[in-house]
Amino acid sequence: MSKLGTLGARLHRGEIGYDFVGKRKIWYGISILITITAILGLTVRGLNMGIEFQGGAVFTTEKTSVSVSQAETYAQEASGHDAVVQKLGNGGLRIQIAGIDTDKSDKIKDELAKDLNVNSEKINADLVGPSWGEQIANKAWEGLAIFMVLVVIYLAIAFEWRMAVAALVALIHDITITVGIYALVGFEVTPGTVIGLLTILGYSLYDTVVVFDSLKEQTKDITKQTRYTYSEIADRSINGTLVRSINTTVVALLPVAGLLFIGGGVLGAGMLNDISLSLFVGLAAGAYSSIFIATPLVADLKEREPQMKALRKRVLAKRAQAAAKGEPLESEVTEVMLDDEPEDDGPMVVGPRNQPASRNRGRGRPSGKRR
Amino acid sequence: MAAPKKGRSASAQSRPGRSLAFILIAIAALTGGMFLSGHPTPRLGIDLAGGTSITLTAKNEPGQPNAINKTNMNTAVDIMNRRVNGLGVSEAEVQTQGSDNIIVNIPKGTNSKEARAQVGTTAQLYFRPVLATEVSGSAASASPSPSASSSSSSKATDKATDKATSSSSASPTASATSQGRAVTDALKADSTPSASSSASSSASPSASSSASPSASSSASASAAATKLQAQYAALDCTDEAQRAKAGEGSKATDPTVACGKNSSGQWQKYVLGPAEVKGTDIKSAAAVFDTQSAAGWKVTMEFTSGGSKKFADITGKLAKNQSPQNQFAIVLDGDVVSDPFVQQALTGGSAEISGSFDQTEAQSLANMLKYGALPLTFKESSVTTVTAALGGEQLHAGLIAGAIGLGLVVIYLVVYYRGLSIIAIPSLLVSGALTYVIMALLGPTIGFALNLPAVCGAIVAIGITADSFIVFFERIRDEIREGRSLRPAVERAWPRARRTILVSDFVSFLAAAVLFIVTVGKVQGFAFTLGLTTVLDVVVVFFFTKPLMTLLARRKFYASGHKWSGLDPKALGAKPPLRRTRRPSAPVDPKEA
Repeated sequence: MSKLGTLGARLHRGEIGYDFVGKRKIWYGISILITITAILGLTVRGLNMGIEFQGGAVFTTEKTSVSVSQAETYAQEASGHDAVVQKLGNGGLRIQIAGIDTDKSDKIKDELAKDLNVNSEKINADLVGPSWGEQIANKAWEGLAIFMVLVVIYLAIAFEWRMAVAALVALIHDITITVGIYALVGFEVTPGTVIGLLTILGYSLYDTVVVFDSLKEQTKDITKQTRYTYSEIADRSINGTLVRSINTTVVALLPVAGLLFIGGGVLGAGMLNDISLSLFVGLAAGAYSSIFIATPLVADLKEREPQMKALRKRVLAKRAQAAAKGEPLESEVTEVMLDDEPEDDGPMVVGPRNQPASRNRGRGRPSGKRR
Repeated sequence: MAAPKKGRSASAQSRPGRSLAFILIAIAALTGGMFLSGHPTPRLGIDLAGGTSITLTAKNEPGQPNAINKTNMNTAVDIMNRRVNGLGVSEAEVQTQGSDNIIVNIPKGTNSKEARAQVGTTAQLYFRPVLATEVSGSAASASPSPSASSSSSSKATDKATDKATSSSSASPTASATSQGRAVTDALKADSTPSASSSASSSASPSASSSASPSASSSASASAAATKLQAQYAALDCTDEAQRAKAGEGSKATDPTVACGKNSSGQWQKYVLGPAEVKGTDIKSAAAVFDTQSAAGWKVTMEFTSGGSKKFADITGKLAKNQSPQNQFAIVLDGDVVSDPFVQQALTGGSAEISGSFDQTEAQSLANMLKYGALPLTFKESSVTTVTAALGGEQLHAGLIAGAIGLGLVVIYLVVYYRGLSIIAIPSLLVSGALTYVIMALLGPTIGFALNLPAVCGAIVAIGITADSFIVFFERIRDEIREGRSLRPAVERAWPRARRTILVSDFVSFLAAAVLFIVTVGKVQGFAFTLGLTTVLDVVVVFFFTKPLMTLLARRKFYASGHKWSGLDPKALGAKPPLRRTRRPSAPVDPKEA
């Protein structure tokens, strides 16, 4: 607990220095594993496409005492098709029957009304053609493609192409994770899911862009110094925006969680639930990918540049020199994080808090609850 | 970097109050506008208000591979719009969706069966001789159109100015009492002084004293005729419900009453004879610009061989009559869309309608003539009955969820940001208020309807809004960690935070814009909300969060880094104040150290 508390306090003080870039291979590995699992899940299990994608009818009844399994039997008898029955929060039932067309729905509705002993007027019938969901999905893919092209162009102009590529990879990664989870868990894919997925795109990139913005700023004059390599600065950027990332994700997830658990809990199923579920999964995936995938990827790509290679060489040479002289090593990334200000600046003003923060940190605070 | 920053910070510091005043006044003005417009709540979409949503998909007909195009779809929407709104539901929406879908949303309280039956069926277009006509309900300005409407309306207005109670001379019906009532209605409705002046300038003092439908239908002194007269007398076309019912249940072979708008936009009521020519008798129609007589736009029609004979017959008959009985009405689904005069018998299978059309009017008339039947065949691909209860329940749950989510966010912000939450929470509230008011205002103006996905979009937007000030706060804290005192920290943090906010909001907005343009229906509503809230986020951060931060940075509570201010340098692990010598351009803060 105290460890967690310390972590909280260190986060609060912006002192966290985790070597994201250095350990990128681990995260790449995890992501590749997730991607493979997602693809496997997708091919083996497939997506549980909602009724909107295959056509059929959804009947919603008012409060009834008929049990779910009974209703299932009734519905299958009435329609001759498999039926999915869900109990709604208000005691009503939601009966989905695939493969129903307009002609049959009224008949089935009447039969259901008789079987379930409710007024047929009170049964709500939604007829869905397969084209409906398909169209939404097709439009969504179209929108997605256009959006990706535009955003890559924008990022390439506003930042640079490497960041655009990394952002795109992170984006695809998010979609893969979300789709994979849907395939594996078997959540139903509805137009609401598609909407949620589309939102993730904007949000995931939003998150990535904030980190990139800080990275761009910090690496502005990178070739003029010999203290840090690009990867190390990238690490600083991630760590520097970590608190923001966490806060933002928490703040974004809270209302979505509200929608998911409260909205879903009250209503059982429906569009609210569909949207919020894919949002929840996607937001979490988006936060993960911008920290663990996008930025390390940028660093990886950047390190291939001749300039950056040269810089790395210079930095390493300088460190070797320093080590030879017996000066304390600075290459430790944690240390790098601590020293926001280069040491030659030195503390100018002597005050009650004249101790360098780094020394404080070395002691560690036993209970770092917010102060 | 330094010079513009100094300028900026100076100006920003000197006017935080102004920005705050601006946004508060803007909110007040928008809220005022919202209440003035009489729409204090956002218009609810079909899923929340309940109703019926019908999706019609155009089918390709054999032999017409290219029939499904934008023009045809729009024409179909136009015709369907007339039909569903002819049911007396003004809120019904008809819109194209994608390349081959038409969505018809009919709010609850409508007979959905009837709506379904009407919406997909072929339109009924008839040419009926006009037996009598009169401006209905209000006698507003006289029409400059060549139609008989000007004459009868001017008369009604004359009477209105003379304060005459009733005059049988202009009576289109045999019953003087019902006429008196109609005119009294006209008098009551007439309150525009312009009506009388324009009436005097009316070009055609009419001779419609003989314009009684009883004259033509007198031969059949049947109950049907009496009923028709009573119907006509009672008909007030300015009343939407009445308009919808006007020609209900009448057969093509029977006389009927109908409403239509004349060229000056007034409602005109008609007694119409049996249909002489049907829409299917028209081969084609086009809007052409009359270059010869410079009369402007006109509509030309070509008839089929059967149609041209019928048309020649009816025009021959009508040309002999006096106004308004030398007119025929083009009736689409019970509404009079045009009532041209006939000067002579038109033989030869073609005809033209001229009048004071502008291009759009001419084209739309031509389209209607051409596609009296829908240009495309549609099949119902989805009929969704959404009960209000379900929609209401979803909205309810959505709002509860949003409120709880917001509550959690507030708690989190208070715990984490302490004193800064005094800025954060009002920022969220201002953003929420703006979103709500603008949504409410957009209902009547652009037909924005808040559907369930849009509610979700708004709830998700809490995160986006919150992110902006989180970025700003973290920047400020970074500056404080570097040893700055609060006021310079705020001013230094702002330009950097501002850039981040703009860049990331742009990405968010781009996503919303692309989705809005490309996608359809529910997704579109969601994208719109997201885009709107992203824009509002920028507005709130610039005009509310930042100025408020600047103002509060002057308070001792914050500036001194009070334990509960959320800006306590000690808690943030700040370094001792130091001067940055490496950046010569960095402003030297006088307050520092």
